[in-house]
Amino acid sequence: MNKIISLICGIIFGIGLTFSQMIDPAKVLGFLNIFGEWDPSLAFVMIGALIISSPFFHLFKDNKKPIFADKFSYSNNKELNKKLIIGSSLFGAGWGLAGLCPGPAIASLALLNLNSVGFVIFMFIGFYLVKLSDLTTQAR
Amino acid sequence: MNIVNFTPVSAFLGGSLIGLAVVIFFVFNGRLIGISGIASNFLTSKINRVDNFLFIVGLIIGPMLYKIFTSQEINISISNSFYLLAVAGLLVGAGTRIGGGCTSGHGISGIGKFSLRSIVATVTFMIVGILTVSVKNLI
Repeated sequence: MNKIISLICGIIFGIGLTFSQMIDPAKVLGFLNIFGEWDPSLAFVMIGALIISSPFFHLFKDNKKPIFADKFSYSNNKELNKKLIIGSSLFGAGWGLAGLCPGPAIASLALLNLNSVGFVIFMFIGFYLVKLSDLTTQAR
Repeated sequence: MNIVNFTPVSAFLGGSLIGLAVVIFFVFNGRLIGISGIASNFLTSKINRVDNFLFIVGLIIGPMLYKIFTSQEINISISNSFYLLAVAGLLVGAGTRIGGGCTSGHGISGIGKFSLRSIVATVTFMIVGILTVSVKNLI
């Protein structure tokens, strides 16, 4: 059952990215262009997502079980360290260069755009290089 | 600062759909959505590999279904420079793995559970993203 849920969640997420236009790198770059022609839309995407999701994290925490799994499994890492800052800075630089982060990059493969295919290939090479070097911080 | 192309309603509604996906994944499967984690674990880990694969497939089917049901074209404008895309792709791939999350993992799931770590990560990648775009505009 949880395999079907995974597929459905991917579909809903992909539709959300499309409807909010976050699938378009130009829209994301507009948000980051705060000192120029600024498009604040991305902030509203985050607010919408947080208003819907945040209450559930706090309602379903700790003693309750998820419906199709034995337990909740996510990172409880609370460490504020150099890796967090360095990794997030590298990500921010790549995000600002192309306007793509992992979700929209993968979703945009639907459009058969060769440039997004190229980006995604290099993103996966990036994942793999970090795995090889053993620098990975456990996924959330 | 000049505000342009602002689409608050579709942004909020699309964001709500993203939030709904996060809720369903959490309540049913007990996991948090972070796309960089799901995609990189699909590549490098056997745990939940089929689930992660199906999520990625869904993420690609989503825009296709949107296009079919709304009969609207999805227009994106993406850089044509191979070198820029290669460098950006490597930075995004490596950076999200070293920092343990991306816009969804830290920015939505992490902030949603009030994780200070995720708030610090999100502020960091936003500041660096803004600086990168600002510097790029000067060149």
